Amino acid sequence: MSWEIVVGLEIHAQLATKSKIFSGASTQYGAAPNSQASLVDLGYPGVLPVLNGDCVAMAVKFGLATGCTISRRSVFARKNYFYPDLPKGYQISQYELPIVHGGSVEIELDDGRTKTVRITRAHLEEDAGKSLHEDFAGMSGIDLNRAGTGLLEIVSEPDLRGPAEAGAYMRKIHALVRYLEICDGNMQEGSFRCDANVSVRRVGEAKLGTRAELKNLNSFRFVEKAIEIEAERQIEIIEGGGKVVQETRLYDPDRDETRPMRSKEEANDYRYFPDPDLLPVAIDDAFIAGIESTLPELPDEKRTRFMEQYGLSAYDAGVLTAQRALAEYFEIVALKSRAAPKIAANWVMGELTAALNRDGLEIGASRVAAPALAGLLDKIEAGTISGKIAKEVFEALWAGEGTVDEIIEKRGLVQISDSGAIDALVDQVVAANPTQVEQFRAGKQQVLGFLVGQVMKASKGKANPQQVNEALRKKLGA
Amino acid sequence: MHTRTLAQLVQDLRARRVSATELTKHFLARIERFDPALNAFVTVTAEQALAQAADADRKLAAGDAPPLAGVPIAHKDIFCTAGVKTSCGSRMLDNFVSPYDATVVAKLGAAGCVMLGKTNMDEFAMGSSSETSYYGPVKNPWDHALVPGGSSGGSAAAVAARLVCAGTGTDTGGSIRQPAALSGITGLKPTYGRVSRYGMIAFASSLDHGGVLAQTAEDCALVLEAMAGFDPRDSTSLDEPVPPYGRLLDEPWDGVTIGVPESFFDDGLEAGTAAAVRAALKDLEKAGAKLKTVELPNMHMSVPVYYVVAPAEASSNLSRYDGIRFGYRSPSADGEDLLTMYMRTRGEGFGAEVKRRILTGTYVLSAGYFDAYYLQAQKVRKLISDDFARAFRDCDIVAGPTAPSPAFRIGDKTDDPVQMYLNDIYTIGADLAGLPAISVPCGFVRGLPVGLHLVSPPLTEAKLLTTAHRYQRATDWHTRVPAAAEYAQ
Repeated sequence: MSWEIVVGLEIHAQLATKSKIFSGASTQYGAAPNSQASLVDLGYPGVLPVLNGDCVAMAVKFGLATGCTISRRSVFARKNYFYPDLPKGYQISQYELPIVHGGSVEIELDDGRTKTVRITRAHLEEDAGKSLHEDFAGMSGIDLNRAGTGLLEIVSEPDLRGPAEAGAYMRKIHALVRYLEICDGNMQEGSFRCDANVSVRRVGEAKLGTRAELKNLNSFRFVEKAIEIEAERQIEIIEGGGKVVQETRLYDPDRDETRPMRSKEEANDYRYFPDPDLLPVAIDDAFIAGIESTLPELPDEKRTRFMEQYGLSAYDAGVLTAQRALAEYFEIVALKSRAAPKIAANWVMGELTAALNRDGLEIGASRVAAPALAGLLDKIEAGTISGKIAKEVFEALWAGEGTVDEIIEKRGLVQISDSGAIDALVDQVVAANPTQVEQFRAGKQQVLGFLVGQVMKASKGKANPQQVNEALRKKLGA
Repeated sequence: MHTRTLAQLVQDLRARRVSATELTKHFLARIERFDPALNAFVTVTAEQALAQAADADRKLAAGDAPPLAGVPIAHKDIFCTAGVKTSCGSRMLDNFVSPYDATVVAKLGAAGCVMLGKTNMDEFAMGSSSETSYYGPVKNPWDHALVPGGSSGGSAAAVAARLVCAGTGTDTGGSIRQPAALSGITGLKPTYGRVSRYGMIAFASSLDHGGVLAQTAEDCALVLEAMAGFDPRDSTSLDEPVPPYGRLLDEPWDGVTIGVPESFFDDGLEAGTAAAVRAALKDLEKAGAKLKTVELPNMHMSVPVYYVVAPAEASSNLSRYDGIRFGYRSPSADGEDLLTMYMRTRGEGFGAEVKRRILTGTYVLSAGYFDAYYLQAQKVRKLISDDFARAFRDCDIVAGPTAPSPAFRIGDKTDDPVQMYLNDIYTIGADLAGLPAISVPCGFVRGLPVGLHLVSPPLTEAKLLTTAHRYQRATDWHTRVPAAAEYAQ
C-alpha cells in the first residue's frame, strides 16, 4: 500500500524594516537583551501601536510578486494568549481580512517538471520576544528585542506532496523575499522560518488525513527531514490500526524525531477580535501602482531571460538567478567581458562560488568584484593566459595581491605563444619520452594528451595549449 | 478664591491679582483639610505642583505664559504621569510609577496647568460609583454617605468640593458625565478621537474617551482646547483642527433645535430627576432653543451591548498585567511555576468587579460564542449610532437626564451589578456612537444635584459647549457649592 504525504507551509518572514511594525524601536539583530524594546514593545500601561507603513508596502510587494489579490481593506486582530515573551498578552496579527490573498508560485520538481503551489494568504503580524531557558538555573530569561518585529506570514495551500516539494517551495519563497528585499532571509538568526502542516493519505484518496503542525523549522534541511520523519510516524500509526491526533509537534534534529509540544487540554482559544487600537488598513490603486513600479525583475522572469539572452541551460540559469545579487554579478561579468556567457557562468558558479563558500561570504562581500573577473576572462579570451593560469590569478585576486595585470606581470604568468619557444619545449619532451612517442606512432592517439601535459608542465603551465598541441602533432608527423 | 471658576482664575492670574503659587498653596491646603474625609486623591504632588506654579509665575511675569498658566488641576489616576505613581485605582498598579506622560498630561502641562495630584477612581475605570478602588470609596461632597458617581469620582468630588479648578476624566460608559451629574458639576466627553488616548490606561479602547470635569461649560471649553488634537501616537485620534472653544462661546447664538427622546422619561427615571430635567428643557426653550420630540428606538439595547463590547476589549487590554514586567506580582508565587504565578498575581492584584468583567469578556470572545455575543453586539452598536444620526437630521442636540436618579448610598448597589450598570443607561449611547456629550447641573432633588445631559453630532463640541454655556448663563445651579458653610469658605 503506498502513501501520499500532504504538506502545507506557514512561512514567517521577518520584514527588513529599520523599525518595528508598531513602534519606533530598532529591529537590528544581536543587541544586548532588552536594549531594543520600547515602552510599546514592553506593553506598558497606556501605550498604543502605530503601524509602520513600510511593512504594508513590503506585504503588498510580496502580494504583487505572487499574483495575490491585494485587499483594499485589511484588519488587524488580536490573538490572545498568555506567555512571558508576549508582553501585551496578545499578538497583533491579521485574521479574517489579511492584506493579500490568493496567489501562487511555480516550483521545479526533481524530474524537471514545474508545479504550481497556491498561496492562500499572506498577513502582517508582530513577532514575539524570546524566552531563554538556558543560563538561568530554575528560571527563564526574557529578551524582548525581537518583540514587535514585523512578520509576513505566508500560508500555502496543502499543495505540497512530500519533503522535496516542501523544500523546493520554501527555497522558492526564500529566494523571492530576498529578491524583493523585504526579508534578509537569514535563517540562523530566525529571520526566515516555517511551520509545516503534515498529513498522510493512501494514494488515490481524496480526503485529507488528520494533520500535525510542526513548529519553528529554521532550515531547509530540517523542513525536509521533519516532514519525512513525521510522515513515517503517521503512516506507522495508521498501519498499526491507530489514529493520528491533530496536534502541534516539535522537531528535534538531535534525536531526529518529532514530539508533542502541548497537549489538547492546554489548547489555546485565541479569542481573535479586531484590534480597536488600529484602524483598518486602506490601500488604494495609486499605492499599489507605486509599489508595482518598484518591483524588480523576478527570479522566474530573470531565469527565462538568462536562457534566451545568454544561451544558458535551464540549470545554469536557475543557479545564477537563485539570488538576486548573484544574478546581477553574473550579468556584469557577462556583459563586460568578451568571453562567452557560458564561460562567465562557469566561473561564477565554479571558482567564485567555491571561494565564497570557503570563506563563508555572501556574494555582496565577494573579494573579487565583477568587473575584475570580467577582466580576467578577457585575458583568457585574448590568449594572454590559459584557463588554468587564470585560476591561479583568480586566487591571487581573491587574496588581494593587486589587479589582474599586476598579478600576471608580477608572477610572470604571460602565456608562451612564441612558436620557437614552444618548439624547443616540444623537442625536449619528445626526446625525453621515447616510449610514449613510439606508442603514439603505433596509433595510440590518447598518448598525445600525456605529451601535451608534459610540455605544459615544462612551461610551468604558461604555454598556449592549442599551440603545443599543434606543434606536437607536427613534430610527430601526425 | 476657590469658588472662582477656572475661566475667572485665568483672568485673575493674567491680571496678577493672584499668583500661581498662592493659588496652588491655597488649593493644596484645601486638599489637606478636606480630602481625608472625601478620599478623592490617590496621590498629592505638592512639591511638584509648587515647582510648576513657580514656573508659571515666572512666565506670567515675563508675559509669555501659555493659556492656562498657573491653573491648578488634577489628573484621574488613569493618566500616566512621568515619575508619579499611576495606579488606575488598582492594587495591580499600586507600585507602578509611569516612565512617561500621557499626551493629555503633556498637553495640559504645556498649557501651563499645575498638577496638584492624581484622583481616585473605580479600579481600571470599571464602575459607576468610585467604590471599587483599591484605595477605598470616594465620598460625595454633598453627603459623605453617598457615592460621587464614577468612575471619575475622584475628579468629580475634588472639583465639587473646590479642591481643584478642573479634573481630567475618562468616559467609557458615562464615567465623566454621571459623576459630574451626581456631584453637581459640569462634565464633558468629546468626540471619540478628539483627545488622544496615548498614556490613558486602556479599559475598552473603542469606547474610552478622555475629557474634563469642571465647574462650568466655559471651564470645560478652555481645558478641552488645551487637551484636544491629533496625536500621531494614537492611530484612532482625529486629524482635525482644534477650534478655539473658549472664544466661540461668545459668538452670537441663534438657538438650536433640541431633540428630546420621550422614552427617556419612562418608569426607570426617578420622578424628581425627571421634573428637574423637564424644567431645564423649559429654561433652554426660554433661552432660545426649539424643543422637538425625537426617537432613539434602539437605545434600550445600549447597556447590554456595552456589557459585551467593553468587557471583551477589557479582557484583552488587561492581559498585560501578568506580574512579569511591572506592577504587582504575588509574593507567594516566588519559586512556583508560571501558571501559579499568573493565577496568584491576577487573583490578588485585581478586584472583584475587574475580574467579573475579564471573565465576561473572555466568555463573549470564546470560540462558539463570538458570533452570538461580540459580533451581534457590534451590529446593534451600529444600529444605535444610526439612531443618533437619524435623530440629528431633525435636531442639533439630543437632551435628557444624565443619570436615572441622584447619588445613592455607598454600598447600596455593590451587590447588584446590573442595578449599578443601569446607572449609565442614558450615557452609554454617546460612548457607543463616539459622540460629544456634556452633563450640566440642572437642579436638586432632596438636596442632591441632578444633571442635564446634552449630546451632539461628531466634532460639534463648539455647539454643545455654547448651548451648555447659554444654559449656565440663564441658571445658577452650577454655582452651588456643597455644604456651603464648609467648602465655600
